[in-house]
Formats: sequence, structure tokens, C-alpha cells
Amino acid sequence: MTKFEEKQPSVSVDKLMWMYEQMVKIRYYEDQMVEAYTEGKSPVFNIGKGPVPGEMHLATGQEPAAAGMMVHLTKDDTVTAPHRPHHHAIAKGVDLKKMTAEIFGKETGLGKGKGGHMHLFDPQAKFSCGGIVAAGIPHAVGAAMANKMKGKDWVAVAFIGEGAANAGAFHESLNLAALWNLPLIIVVEDNSYGISIPKTASTSVESNDLRASAYGVAGAYVKDNDPVAMYKAAEEAVNRARNGQGPTIIEIETFRFLGHFQGDPELYRDKQEVPGLRARDPIMKLRQQLLDAEHVNEPELEEIEARAKKEVDEAYQFARDSDYPKPEAALDDVFTS
Amino acid sequence: METAKKRVLTGNKAMAEAIAQEMENDKNVFVLGEDIGKYGGIFGSTQGLMEKFGPERVLDTPISETAFIGAAIGAAAEGMRPIAELMFVDFFGVCMDQIYNHMAKIPYMSGGNVRLPMVLMTSVGGGYSDAAQHSQTLYATFAHMPGMKVVAPSTPYDLKGMMTSAIRDDNPVVFMFHKSLQGLGWMDQLDYAIGHVPEDSYIVPLDKANVMREGKDVTIVGIQMMTHYAMEAAERLAQDGIEAEVIDLRSLAPIDKDTILNSVKKTHRLVVVDEDYRSYGMTAEIAAIVSEEALYELESPIKRLAIPDVPIPYSHVLEDFVLPGPDKIVETVKQMMDEA
Ligand SMILES: Cc1ncc(C[n+]2csc(CCOP(=O)(O)OP(=O)(O)O)c2C)c(N)n1
Ligand SMILES: [Mg+2]
Repeated sequence: MTKFEEKQPSVSVDKLMWMYEQMVKIRYYEDQMVEAYTEGKSPVFNIGKGPVPGEMHLATGQEPAAAGMMVHLTKDDTVTAPHRPHHHAIAKGVDLKKMTAEIFGKETGLGKGKGGHMHLFDPQAKFSCGGIVAAGIPHAVGAAMANKMKGKDWVAVAFIGEGAANAGAFHESLNLAALWNLPLIIVVEDNSYGISIPKTASTSVESNDLRASAYGVAGAYVKDNDPVAMYKAAEEAVNRARNGQGPTIIEIETFRFLGHFQGDPELYRDKQEVPGLRARDPIMKLRQQLLDAEHVNEPELEEIEARAKKEVDEAYQFARDSDYPKPEAALDDVFTS
Repeated sequence: METAKKRVLTGNKAMAEAIAQEMENDKNVFVLGEDIGKYGGIFGSTQGLMEKFGPERVLDTPISETAFIGAAIGAAAEGMRPIAELMFVDFFGVCMDQIYNHMAKIPYMSGGNVRLPMVLMTSVGGGYSDAAQHSQTLYATFAHMPGMKVVAPSTPYDLKGMMTSAIRDDNPVVFMFHKSLQGLGWMDQLDYAIGHVPEDSYIVPLDKANVMREGKDVTIVGIQMMTHYAMEAAERLAQDGIEAEVIDLRSLAPIDKDTILNSVKKTHRLVVVDEDYRSYGMTAEIAAIVSEEALYELESPIKRLAIPDVPIPYSHVLEDFVLPGPDKIVETVKQMMDEA
């Protein structure tokens, strides 16, 4: 038993290692996306230009929510994500090459270039996301329902931002999932803002786990973007769902290191805020915890980091090397064949 | 005053100025929506209002469209004059019951006894790879339903004048502004997103199309970006000796039949260009009006250009393929003239 496991016997260090690799991969993926998105958009920023045009919502700093939940899921569990979906997609095991090609608008992409960064669908990984706030929650309710109807112990997880918890779909879905005792988990990533609107100006309660009692479901709160605390809260929620004990809301305090979207002037937040958040980087925190546990040494961590980066680099190369779809392909796929 | 140079504004500043002037005139006017306060609206249509009027009359809302658009209806019924912003028209889905079943019907169902003097303003349009859930115009979806005036101005002058009219109108007005015509620093810099706007308040009617360019050979009816593309096409056609008359529709409901019919009676040819889906849309409506009321004036079949009944794709090669533009308009008009 490592030092870490002595102190926290319920936590598997192997699983934390898996989380660490995912978080590093997500961080590096988003860093590369910042670069790719900027191409063709300088010196004058134009949202429609470059190899990756359109809106771009990145999850840098929000890695613990995705990694800490997905470490407990299998390929059979379903995940729905919102407009900021890369961290969820990566941790859920979405095909990274096809995902990146989709974001580059290529014919080898998950949706043959039709969907783009906010609309990634990988049925093999049981992953989907979308651009309408809160819309993925009822889809997860439906997946949970299907799992139950099929007699499986598979669960469904809807990831949302704290802003989405004020949409009707959140409240209707919770009532329905509780009423039908479905294996649903909603993870609310509180990154303090919905675009420019601070949580205090949008939400009538301090945190959304408090809303759990209104629907008769379980609630949990994860402070300080903490990967280990997220791991624990998620494990409990997943076990509850798998055992037929109904839905859970987990709210995690997380950090949005970047703008709402790339190009956001961020005039609504103090210039000191982001440096302060970056000083509490969850990846550095977990890295240090793993070293302190004497479970791994520095070279081993570097090897993990190199492996994650290689996978990401290969995905970007694949995307860049792929062809654009033929223009007429726009007319295909309105109906499936 | 000292200078003879005309004052110019971007589309979004023109809109925001109209709102500010009406807020000064009438204390019942207020604005609500997402990121409309300090941020000034994602597309800048409420810039400066928070600084001028404060959070009592400029209300940032949670992401709760059903609640705040429904609340605008309730406040309007009490005599307030709310302006609600739906950030992208594509988000209509989460609040359409309030719009279609309530805003559009309460005045009628009450036998005219309940007035809803409100404006629902919303951004429309694509062309910058924002994909299927952020690029639609949905002009016809709104214009189809009786009980709402639906306008879609194309110039800064009209954005201001029609916004002023919309706020003063005692009926619900859906005010659609095109993202590309707002003059935003982070999109394509288009000459027509900037234009002359008088400082003093003025109105532009909500039921009149505008003849942007006179011509004798063919009528091209457009709306918002399509109007500007039609103007570009008309310039190019003129070099080949074809004189196109370009009509900016401006108002979808009520629709200005007279301006269209008078033009067709002069040119005897009609092309309609839309940034909405083709079937059951604005192009079909105008084609039907002309078929019903001026069929025998036509020298060739009506042509329609619109999105070919597919969701707006993300990849720019695909989006370019489905969006009408100047090239397609020129090609269509030339084909039409050759066939004659
Ligand atoms: C129904 C709907 N309303 C508004 C929007 C515009 N919008 C996109 S993201 C966003 C903020 C979302 O905030 P939050 O849920 O906290 O997620 P975050 O962006 O912080 O990850 C808004 C208002 C939308 N996409 N859908
Ligand atoms: Mg948020």
C-alpha cells in the first residue's frame, strides 16, 4: 500500500494515474486548440477565418470534472456534454483523431464536417454534445431510461455548466429522473460564469447540489476543483445509480482559465482573477499528490505526459492531413439510410 | 453641424441608439436578456445602455428564456414596453410556446382587449462556421404565425428607424438583426454594416419594402445579407448590360406586396433570394404572391435561391455550398435572361 492509499484507502492510485493522464491530455489538447484556432485570425481576429473557424469554447482548468467522473464509467455508460465538450469527449474515450478532424471541418471527422466543435457525436463511445444550453440533460434522462428498460446497470451522465441549471430542462429532467428512479447523474461544472454573468447574478441558491432536496435526489459538492474529491463524489453517485438508488447532482467548483469563447475580451472579470486560479492548477496539484504518495517518480510521470502529448499530436496531424468534404456532400445525411 | 460630413454608425450602434432614445422618452421601456448589461449584448445591440440607465431598466437574466420572455409578455400586458433579447434566433426552441402561443395570440384571443407592446429582438444568420444550431435565420418560422410583426432590416439607417417604430408599436414585434450587419470587430468587415444614421430620433415604417436600386430587366428581392449580395450581383450584371432592380424586403410580416408587384410589372422577371430554408419559406411566399397577382406579367419562370433544405453545415466548404451569394445570383439571372 502506498502512502496515499494509507491516508485515503478508498482511492485507487492506479485510477488517479489514469485521471492524471487524461487531464494532461485534455490540457495539451486545449493548448494546441488555442494555437490552431488562432491561425488565420491574426493580426485581425475574424471568427470565420482560419483552419478552425466558428465559436470555440475550451475547457482548460476544468479537467477534474471530466476525469474524476469518467474514471468510474465504462464504454457502456452514456455521457452528454454541452457547448464546452472537449474534456468530456477525451476522458470518455471519443476517437481523438475523428474528433479533431471534425473540429477542422474534414470529411474524416465524426460528423464528416457537418457538426463542428459543439456538435460531436460518437455512438461507439456513447458520447454526444450540443450547442443549446441544458439540452443534453433530457437526452441523458432518456439514455438512463433505455438502460433501465434493457435491464442493464449502465448509467447516464449529463455534464452542464452552472448557468444551465437555471434552464427549465434542468428542473424538468430532475423531477422526471427522480420520479422514475433513473440511473442519472448531473455534473454541474461551476466555473463562476455563464458567458459574462457571474453565478451570484444568475442563481438563487449558493450551489446547485442544494437543489437536490427539491427533487428528492442526492446532492454532493466538490470544492476547489479537487480531482480526488471529484473522484470520491463521482464514485458514490455512480454506485448509487448502478444499484438502482436513483439520481445525483454533483456540483464542482471549477476554474475557467480562458474566456467564455476564444476571442472573449473578458472585460467582466478582474485581470488578477485568472492568475489566481492558475496558481491553483488542479493538474499540478494531482501531480504533486502522486509524487508525494511515492507511487510514481518524476521520469514515470514524464513518460505519461509524453504519451498523452503524442496521442494529441497524432490526432492534430490526422486532422490537418485529411481532406475537406466535397461541397455537394452538404446535401447528404438529412435522413439516414 | 459644422461639418457637412454625414454621421455614420455601425448597425449595432444604430440599434442601441434607438433603444436609448426611446428609454429616455418613455420610462416604461426596459431591456432584458442574456449578457445585455455590462457586456452590451453579444452582438453589441445594447451597448452603453447599462451605463446610461442602470440595472433597474437593463436586466441581465439567467439562461431562462421561457421565464424572461414570458415575463416580458406579462409586463407588456401591464403597460410596460419591454425589449427582450433572444441571443440567437436558434434558441427559439426553448421558449417558442411563450412566443407562438402567447405573445402572438393573446391580443387576438382577448378580442383586442389586451395589448402587448413589446419587442423580441434576436440575431440571425450564418456564414462564419457556427454550424447548425447557431446559424439559422428562421425568417419564415416567425413570419408564418399570425399575430407578430416580423422585421429584418439591412442597413444601419433602417436598424435605428425600425427599432424606434418597433418600440412605439402597440403590437409584439420580432426584430431580427443580422450578425454580419452589426459592424462587429470580430467578423468580416463589411462596408454595408456601417452607414449614415441621423442622431435625432426618426422612424422607418414596419410594413414597407425598400427599392435599393432601380432597373428594368429583372427584379431581385432580398433580405438582410441577401439584399447586399443582390446589390453586388446587380453591379456585376450592369457591366453585362443587365439592369436589375433590387428590393430589400425589410418586413416579412406584414409583407409589402405593392412594392414587389409594381417592380415585377416593370421588369417582368423575378428572382427571390433568401438565407432561410427553401421549402415553405419567404421565397415561396413571394413567388406565390406574384403568381396569384401578376402571373401574366412574367416573361420567364420565377427563380428562387435559398438554403436547400438541409441544416446549416459546419465545414466552410459545405456552408459555402448551401448559402446563396453574389455568384449564384449573377448566374441565375444570366440563365434567366438567356432562356428568354
Ligand atoms: C438555450 C440557450 N440559451 C443561451 C445560449 C447561449 N449561451 C451559450 S453558452 C452560455 C453560457 C453557459 O454558461 P454555463 O452553463 O455556466 O457554461 P459555461 O459556458 O460556463 O461552461 C450561453 C448563455 C445557448 N447556447 N442556449
Ligand atoms: Mg459557467
